[in-house]
Amino acid sequence: MPVVSMTVNGKPVRGEVEARTLLVQFLRDHLRLTGTHVGCDTSQCGCCTVHVDGRAIKSCTALAVALDGAKVTTIEGLAANGALHPMQAAFHEHHGLQCGFCTPGMIMSAIDMVRRKGFDLDERTVRKQLEGNICRCTGYHNIVKAIQAGAAAMRPSGHGM
Amino acid sequence: MYDFTYHRPGSFEAAVRLTAAIDDAKVLAGGMSLLPTLKQRLGRHSDIVDLAALESLVGIKPDGSNLVIGAMTRHVDVAASADVKAAIPALAVLAEGIGDPLVRNRGTIGGSIANADPAADYPSSVLGLGATIVTNRRKIAGDDFFKGLFETALEGGEIITAVSFPIPGKAGYAKFPNPASRFAIVGVFVAKTGDPRTGGVRVAVTGAGPYVFRLGEAEARLARSFAPEALDGLVVSQDNLNSDIHASAEYRAHVIVVMAKRAVAQALG
Repeated sequence: MPVVSMTVNGKPVRGEVEARTLLVQFLRDHLRLTGTHVGCDTSQCGCCTVHVDGRAIKSCTALAVALDGAKVTTIEGLAANGALHPMQAAFHEHHGLQCGFCTPGMIMSAIDMVRRKGFDLDERTVRKQLEGNICRCTGYHNIVKAIQAGAAAMRPSGHGM
Repeated sequence: MYDFTYHRPGSFEAAVRLTAAIDDAKVLAGGMSLLPTLKQRLGRHSDIVDLAALESLVGIKPDGSNLVIGAMTRHVDVAASADVKAAIPALAVLAEGIGDPLVRNRGTIGGSIANADPAADYPSSVLGLGATIVTNRRKIAGDDFFKGLFETALEGGEIITAVSFPIPGKAGYAKFPNPASRFAIVGVFVAKTGDPRTGGVRVAVTGAGPYVFRLGEAEARLARSFAPEALDGLVVSQDNLNSDIHASAEYRAHVIVVMAKRAVAQALG
């Protein structure tokens, strides 16, 4: 079987996988990083969103073997030294969730949104850019508020305020 | 998904050799169409040849009166490209509307065009701008490329390397998307090319039929007057249009005219 090596949340990992093993299966079943969820398994809901080499992708629609050598960040890799990432803190503060199943994907997608669209996000932009993530509780109102607040909190000059 | 043998060739020559040597080799680009198809076991291949390592297939460069986009260039990079926005802003609009941001971070222009999904966005720009598809063997005129539902002029062992878009005077793209998938229920690409051989205007429709097609009567009207009003009263035949749970052929015929007008308005800025 093919062997795949990648860096996941800053740590080198290595595993034997079938060629058809999806990235999300490698993360959840091989590495036991179960924070990344499988919602639809058909590339639509975005619950499985992780960052690969700095970009948010649907890990249910990527082959693990194809990402040999990649740098992967999952929801487990965001908090640093026991402190939540500003986007995680914003979801907590604004209660940007109901059942919480879509939350890891929402947060990974939101951080990618900030990378692409900046720290000052209006509601329309957030809703448009969130098209790849589905909340089945339909709890978008607070998710949008959380992302706007999280984006503002990620602004470098905002640290320590 | 059925298992397969995975290859990631380090050179384009090796990729061509592999796909030529293996009967049932399938080329993998961004995987946004191929992987879902394999997961549902709608497709099965003995070997997958991944082009991900081929940096030579990535990039956007103006080339005289053309804009050349490498086959492995991702939608997100086309949408954000200053060169695309300057030369063919309608193409950046089109790329920014494909799927969702997570799909755009992976999906590629070459993959979209080779797959030839009847509701994909890029085929309308190939036909609408009269682009040229460049492969390892030849150059294929956009008008000769799409042959049917998921069918193209590509032969076995032939791999797209780039798409060359002539820079138009004006162009616009308007799409009525399926609200769930963001695929086009109807998408219309309109370009004022200034090329007298084609009457100066091209109109291409995706999502509405079995594959992308040009709309001759709209082209003739817009050649006389490049304005949305020129399409007032245009009736598009329902013959050969798709009817499905998302929209009837009658509805699509109507929406084609609406989207064409919006595309013209966008082209006029």
